[in-house]
Amino acid sequence: MKRGRTRRRVGVLPGFGPTLGITVFMVSVVVVIPLMGLFVRSAGLGFGGVWETVTTPRVLAAFRLSFGASLIAATINAVIGFLVAWTLVRYEFPGKRVVDALVDLPFALPTAVSGIALTALFAPQGWVGRLLAPLGLPVAFTPLGVTVALVFIGLPFVVRTLQPALMDLDAEVEEAAAVLGAGRLQILSKVIVPTVLPALLTGTTLAFARAVGEYGSVVFISGNMPNKTEIVPLLIVAKLEQYDFAGATAIGAVMLVLSFAILLAVNLLQGWTGRYREGN
Amino acid sequence: MAGAGGRHRAASRPRQGVGESAPVRRLLIAATLLVLGCVLVLPLVTVFAEALRGGLGAYLASFRDPEALAAIRLTLLVAAIAVPVNVFFGLSASWAIAKFSFPGKRLLITLIDLPYAVSPVVSGLVYIMIYGANGVFGPWLAAHDLQVIFAVPGIVLATIFVTFPFVARELIPLMEEQGTEEEQAAMTLGASGWQTFRRVTLPNVRWALLYGVILCNARAMGEFGAVSVVSGHIRGKTATMPLQVEILYNEYNYVAAFAVASLLAMLALVTLVAKAVVERRAGAAAAQITTTEIETALQPHEAS
Amino acid sequence: MKIRILGITAVLVLAVVAVLLSGAARGAPKPVELLNVSYDPTRELYRDVNAAFAAHWLAKTGQAVTINQSHGGAGKQARAVIDGLQADVVTLALAYDIDAIAKHTSYLPADWQQRLPHNSSPYSSTIVFLVRKGNPKQIRDWDDLLKPGVAIVTPNPKTSGGARWNYLAAWAHVLRRELGDLAKLHDPAAAAEVQAAQAAAQSFVAELFKRVPVLDSGARGSTNTFARNGIGDVLLAWENEAFLAVNELGAGDFEIVVPSVSILAEPPVTVVDHWARQHGTLEIAQAYLEFLYSPQGQRLAARHYYRPVSPEHADAADMARFPALTLITVDDVFGGWQQAQRAHFDDGGIFDRITAGGQ
Repeated sequence: MKRGRTRRRVGVLPGFGPTLGITVFMVSVVVVIPLMGLFVRSAGLGFGGVWETVTTPRVLAAFRLSFGASLIAATINAVIGFLVAWTLVRYEFPGKRVVDALVDLPFALPTAVSGIALTALFAPQGWVGRLLAPLGLPVAFTPLGVTVALVFIGLPFVVRTLQPALMDLDAEVEEAAAVLGAGRLQILSKVIVPTVLPALLTGTTLAFARAVGEYGSVVFISGNMPNKTEIVPLLIVAKLEQYDFAGATAIGAVMLVLSFAILLAVNLLQGWTGRYREGN
Repeated sequence: MAGAGGRHRAASRPRQGVGESAPVRRLLIAATLLVLGCVLVLPLVTVFAEALRGGLGAYLASFRDPEALAAIRLTLLVAAIAVPVNVFFGLSASWAIAKFSFPGKRLLITLIDLPYAVSPVVSGLVYIMIYGANGVFGPWLAAHDLQVIFAVPGIVLATIFVTFPFVARELIPLMEEQGTEEEQAAMTLGASGWQTFRRVTLPNVRWALLYGVILCNARAMGEFGAVSVVSGHIRGKTATMPLQVEILYNEYNYVAAFAVASLLAMLALVTLVAKAVVERRAGAAAAQITTTEIETALQPHEAS
Repeated sequence: MKIRILGITAVLVLAVVAVLLSGAARGAPKPVELLNVSYDPTRELYRDVNAAFAAHWLAKTGQAVTINQSHGGAGKQARAVIDGLQADVVTLALAYDIDAIAKHTSYLPADWQQRLPHNSSPYSSTIVFLVRKGNPKQIRDWDDLLKPGVAIVTPNPKTSGGARWNYLAAWAHVLRRELGDLAKLHDPAAAAEVQAAQAAAQSFVAELFKRVPVLDSGARGSTNTFARNGIGDVLLAWENEAFLAVNELGAGDFEIVVPSVSILAEPPVTVVDHWARQHGTLEIAQAYLEFLYSPQGQRLAARHYYRPVSPEHADAADMARFPALTLITVDDVFGGWQQAQRAHFDDGGIFDRITAGGQ
């Protein structure tokens, strides 16, 4: 009944049944069933068991580090991402196309490669680490190192979400503000930033979401000290390695719920962005 | 800073809006280049510098190691399976989702997106829970002498999971935007469904498809976290290139580790170039800037 | 060195001849593969052992064998076997990890450790210190580790077998220091004294772990952290790992410091009956482990800085490298691995409590 109605509405195109069938089948097999498995397993622990696992000091410390470092990294990304996106959209300079392409490097570079490269760079004997160590600023194997890795992997999310929004900015609004006597900084804070705010937030949230789950690039550069530099994904691996399957499952399930919530937040933000831009 | 100068420039270059003064502009450009240099270029340079530390001879010798070659072969094999599966899935999903409307569509899209947000380690974990010896299908698999986890099938499955959204999320927004008029016209003119798809839909989305394939391939070849959990790390057998990097690194074989890493870095650079080329072609073809994966993946395209 | 190369070449030539002869004579038996799941620092040892065993087996039976290796932290490796990694043999850092496999699966019998001589450990090792050139922090023994400003690198005892040995060695040192004679541990009359010593040991180990800046999941990760990335003043390491670091990572950059007392570490080996039976490799897997006890296997162990159980088979030059030190056993001081694991390393155990307090 429902299907008849939808088909009538969209016309005569064939293939709805088979393609939807394939899609639902594959989504079920690849995504839904495995993830459901996680919940079924952790359901064996009961809510109390999950709660108990997740609220042990070590797990809480890992969550604090993962979310804290991700939040700081996302904030840094919001600032430098804005700078980079602004420069790439507004100005012409030699090599701009190369720079623009390069922004995607953290997407394309395997995380393990980023991990060992950043570690080699920031270790006390590395190019950058050598400069920072005398300043009493150790980066590798500290929470700072975790943040550096997360800034690296999160940057493209902010830049790529902001670029189209900045491109869409109406030049006339800025001009009007200028004619009315607004200074450049005022225009930036009162006109430009509010206009691209939804995009900025979306990009920052995406960078945050990616950072929370990141493993490959962080595991080399973090010190992996329980309570100090241990991130949540690493803790899951550690639990697995010490035969604590239930613990790993419980933390994994909580991570999954949080991922889902963040994804939902992004979708809502996007609804906001979309409405705003349509209204514009 | 604003005032007359700004207006003047705005008048001469209307697309630029109200510009900053030249020094500020230069300062911002310099700052951008500096930031990107530190954050992006330096790590990349490090990879090649470390790989070439022992000279070109030692670098090239790293690739004569049978285990390194086995890792390269395995990585290519995994990508050769995961990418076509994702293309097939992406085309099916985008056809169903973009050309028809049905209840539960947004939920379906969110589920396709989910692997973006799930930590790679968690993805590996769920596959162990399903296919591992103590997993849901473990006893059945063991009874039939099938091995999934700690073997190539497990690596392929984990890779398909992490790359699952890439092709579909490139295609869906574009196909939604293009609507169904062209396909309906073709059908009215007597084309079969398959012909319509091949002659009308596919050419319309070919750049987005290629774009998705490039991204999907890069991730498939480079995935570390999820694959690491399900691989078993058997040298020369179940070690992909990123895992081989870790193994070599752990054997004090830094030159070889960074040499394999440099191959992956080159893959990344090729990916970036291919992306840039495809973006420009797509831009020229559609007279509309098909943007990056994030935008296409997460923002509904609006017809301009 | 020359003689060794000649020897290896001779073995290889013999092997090739054997292949040709056996192949020509009666058709070579089907080639076979073995999977040896091992812990972190044995990478170099088994590379040589595998080549030697393959040549030996080929010469003896005419069958070609390929031995595949998987390395990682011992706990992680045992976990992988429990989850279905089809190991024919496991060669792990401590008996507890193999016990875990026996406990969680039916792949091998609970009394696996009785199946081969010397608690199924063809070689032993111990824990020593690796310090930077010239020993700038003047670290000579366990107590020096707690001098102000000393940063210590060790892997995580929850995931690394080597790290558990590190931890227990430190603990045993304090007991010996406080009690003078470890026999008091078994003397009911000294119960109060023992209790005080145990408390001192716990606060020593807690202090020690407060000085650890990086806790890698495996021994190899820690060596990399210390040697490659320049973190810390002293690495608590397997003896073989320390020798390897000195010899492979630029001689002269590091020095080995041998403490006055350390622990006798016995890394055991065993056949995983279930998979070996299923793969039809039971016989060759057994022969492979026995090969470790053979004169050739023992010689290779000593060459790779493992203390062989039959030192008479090793090169005297290799044996001369091992310093003499007092070695105490887990059975004597901790009442065996099961008990040590339960008290110290299980969730909620002493290690969890001291690291939770250490933040």
